[in-house]
Amino acid sequence: MDERRVDFERELEDLRETFNSGETRSRKWRKTQLKGILMLVKENEKEIFDALYQDLGKHQAEAFRDEVGILLKSTNYALAHLKKWMTPKKIQLPYVAFPTTAEMVSEPLGVVLIFSSWNFPIGLCLEPMIGAIASGNTLVLKTSELAPASSSLLANLIPMYLDNKAIKVIEGGVSIAEQLLEKKWDKIFFTGSPRVGRLVMAAAAKHLTPVILELGGKCPAVVDSLETAMDRKIAVKRILGGKFGCCCGQACIGIDYILVEKKFAPILVDCLKARIKKMFGENPRETNSIARIINKQHFLRLKSLLNEDEVKASIVYGGSIDEDNRFIEPTILLDPPLNADIMNEEIFGPLLPIITLKNIEESTQFINSRPKPLAIYAFTNNEALKENMVSKTSSGCLLFNDTIVQYFVDTIPFGGVGESGFGRYHGKFSFEAFRHEKPVIRRGFMPDIWFRYPPWNSKKMQFLRSGLVYNYFGFVCVMLGLKKS
Amino acid sequence: MQTLRLEFYSNISYFFSNKNKQKYKKQLISRNSVTSVSFESVVLMAEEKKKEKFDVESASLLVKELRGTFASGKTKSYEWRVSQLKSIVKMMEDNESQITDALSKDLSKPRFESFVAEISMTKTSSKLFLKELKHWMKPEKVKTQITTFPSSAEIVSEPLGVVLVISAWNYPILLSLDPVIGAIAAGNAVVLKPSEIAPASSALLAKLVEEYLDSSAIRVIEGSIPETSALLEQKWDKIFYTGNGRVGRVVMTAAAKHLTPVVLELGGKSPVVVDSNINLKVAVRRIVYGKWACNNGQACIAPDYIITTKAFAPALINALRCVLEEFYGKDPFKSDEISRIVNDNHFARLTKLLDEDYVSDKIVYGGQRDEASLKIAPTILLDVPENSLIMQEEIFGPLLPILTVDNIEESFDLIQSKSKPLAAYLFTTDKKLEKKFVSTISSGGMVVNDTVIHLTAHTLPFGGVGESGIGSYHGKFSFDAFSHKKAVMYRGFGGDASARYPPFTPKKQKLLIALLKGDIIGAILALIGWV
Repeated sequence: MDERRVDFERELEDLRETFNSGETRSRKWRKTQLKGILMLVKENEKEIFDALYQDLGKHQAEAFRDEVGILLKSTNYALAHLKKWMTPKKIQLPYVAFPTTAEMVSEPLGVVLIFSSWNFPIGLCLEPMIGAIASGNTLVLKTSELAPASSSLLANLIPMYLDNKAIKVIEGGVSIAEQLLEKKWDKIFFTGSPRVGRLVMAAAAKHLTPVILELGGKCPAVVDSLETAMDRKIAVKRILGGKFGCCCGQACIGIDYILVEKKFAPILVDCLKARIKKMFGENPRETNSIARIINKQHFLRLKSLLNEDEVKASIVYGGSIDEDNRFIEPTILLDPPLNADIMNEEIFGPLLPIITLKNIEESTQFINSRPKPLAIYAFTNNEALKENMVSKTSSGCLLFNDTIVQYFVDTIPFGGVGESGFGRYHGKFSFEAFRHEKPVIRRGFMPDIWFRYPPWNSKKMQFLRSGLVYNYFGFVCVMLGLKKS
Repeated sequence: MQTLRLEFYSNISYFFSNKNKQKYKKQLISRNSVTSVSFESVVLMAEEKKKEKFDVESASLLVKELRGTFASGKTKSYEWRVSQLKSIVKMMEDNESQITDALSKDLSKPRFESFVAEISMTKTSSKLFLKELKHWMKPEKVKTQITTFPSSAEIVSEPLGVVLVISAWNYPILLSLDPVIGAIAAGNAVVLKPSEIAPASSALLAKLVEEYLDSSAIRVIEGSIPETSALLEQKWDKIFYTGNGRVGRVVMTAAAKHLTPVVLELGGKSPVVVDSNINLKVAVRRIVYGKWACNNGQACIAPDYIITTKAFAPALINALRCVLEEFYGKDPFKSDEISRIVNDNHFARLTKLLDEDYVSDKIVYGGQRDEASLKIAPTILLDVPENSLIMQEEIFGPLLPILTVDNIEESFDLIQSKSKPLAAYLFTTDKKLEKKFVSTISSGGMVVNDTVIHLTAHTLPFGGVGESGIGSYHGKFSFDAFSHKKAVMYRGFGGDASARYPPFTPKKQKLLIALLKGDIIGAILALIGWV
């Protein structure tokens, strides 16, 4: 852990100065920077793939799907909509205020801090940056030290492609993070664990800095007793893709556990077993179709989750581990004890517990007795169950019959609730996350409503009584002297 | 003996809320049956109960109870929300005179002002919700993209759970009920902690809320720091705080422990820039209205100070003087149309601001004070030093410093050198100046050629930025402040793109690229193997 005391003062002053110069407010600047991100990603695709392989052993197709490709899509979306987002929005006012116009002006917040995470070390850095830049802020990006190759790649590339006076990368570990948190920011965007999220928010409170916390949680997948073979096949593909095919389960929206009816469990387990082999090969360690565990510490954490006797006994598939290569085989567990750590901590790795219920309707109750997750997945054709899931459970998002793809959609907000965080981003919501929407009212000097002012009498009171509840008829009556006060 | 005890029980029962009553009754009965407890010890027990403070334990019990109500799903129904909102309207209508009396006791608030700024605004707010709620509760359909075709998506507004509203003393009714209305409309259970600095209003709210609203889901807890601390220890799903930045920081720090999102409605020094090319009479009336007719400057969006040009200052002061006399007469202490200072502490704070060296000699109008009646006359000061307390702290009272600059555009630098205010006002007919003001000054809200009226427009969000707060409310924004916007996406089992899954082949990568780019032709070409 690095103990160096770094003086960011000059960098921060630079950023403040750049922001105050007003340069970052222009649409031209924002556009140039967004195009810079596009160029950065396009021209360095290979370097990015290499860094992700080095840090996490990610296959390049996975890296493209989850990081490079998404970034290109999001940046293009922001570029296409920037003008519309920046245009002030006209607002209707009640007639009492006539003649008055009102609009909402989106203005940048100032200097913002983005704390990124190691599991998607390129995507989770640049995705929030798109929002911060689109809304005209200057920013510091603190990359995760746990993905060193990606971190240093970004630290090298960003100054080459983006405006150095407005966008800075600071690399480092805990001590650097703590020092950054002492400073005053206009917004802090954090992706990571609830434990650190609490520290970030407490530090932000000192300066009244608003925060967005993108955390995780135990995301359940509810699997109804699907009837047709086709449905089963697709559901299983999507479950495996959403669990092991997404950074080896190290994703905040990855499936944490499955809820299924007791009688359907054996069928599901069989389908999963068969499909795992097809998807990841007989020996996934060699085929490189699955990512590695980020580091030794996390490896040991996962190992200890598996080590409890009763948990070990519940393994129905996989379970082999290779400490030297930090590789854990895709592992399925059937009904591990509910009080075991594996059912109480976020797993964040390739272990998939399946919990059986007597009746699939009990799943809402099961989910509600735990902290609110970032995502709930439900595989079902039953409309009543769907309706129940929507109205009776709470989560950052709810996706039917698929996994992970909500992350790809620009039109829906991405973010948690309760323990899974607060604040949201993606698409327009990223722009909104980093702006202040300032209402601006414009009035002329005439007419001036005399009954607003003291000294007050009952006639003025009568006017206000009608005016404030928008009783225009009453209002006119008072004016004409037809209504007694 | 048994009857005696029951009689005794009924005598002391008024000390306890219904819930405690039940508990106490059970205790009493069980004790009676198991051991023979002497009458004296029951009395002692009752004495203890009476002294019992609202502490962390009682706060935790309260939250647990409300969580139970929320979990039952009762507060989620449209009917429940509507019935509560209707009761708030009724509560306002039935108790107009009680409310104005309480406000008069707490702040000597003129009846008229109480009606306009508290009763009527609370009613308007509830009525707006009653009219729009159904519409706001509907899930919002959104379009999805080719990448995930075929799919549909919607954004569902769901209640957060059990929320805490901590309100302020300056508009003790409005600032308590307006956020509560939002919380109820969004379907939450809510605890309201009114400010102890306005005791009459606080007690009235406690009484009325219990009488009119569903007490299994909506509660008022009165008290000061110990009670607030006990409440802040609990886990809430949202905390809505109106007050100052110092306490705002405490609230947010406490919220961090439970990852609770907060809305902080704070204040700040809201500036008024006055250009010389204006209709002076109207402008000054609007300034005087915003400053003194809104609770005598004790409002978070009241003008805090004025910046004008050196040349224009004498005319402005003269006009202010005229309008103040027109509104409040020669002796403002005789006028009952202006609020007083809320308490001794604030009176002392304000006189300290006035009595500072190099400030006390800058008074150009007013300056009279009467400690016994807690009154300070509308006071105007000219060119107080920049580093004086009155220019560093939020004034929150009837003192109005005027700063002068050579050129009106210099005012922008002055405003920007301070932290971001809740409101910024400009009086001008110069469109260029107006444009520059809008684009360079950051503030919660902004009004050109008037003051404070943005508060009344429910189509605009009300809230601060930077030091003036986090989050916003009013109208739909209140509903959103207490809702979680859940993304719900529906997919069928068809239309599965194998490219998403390993094992990855070059063909799959090409298809992925096309899909993520939203390039339909590319995707088709990749699918049929042309690229």
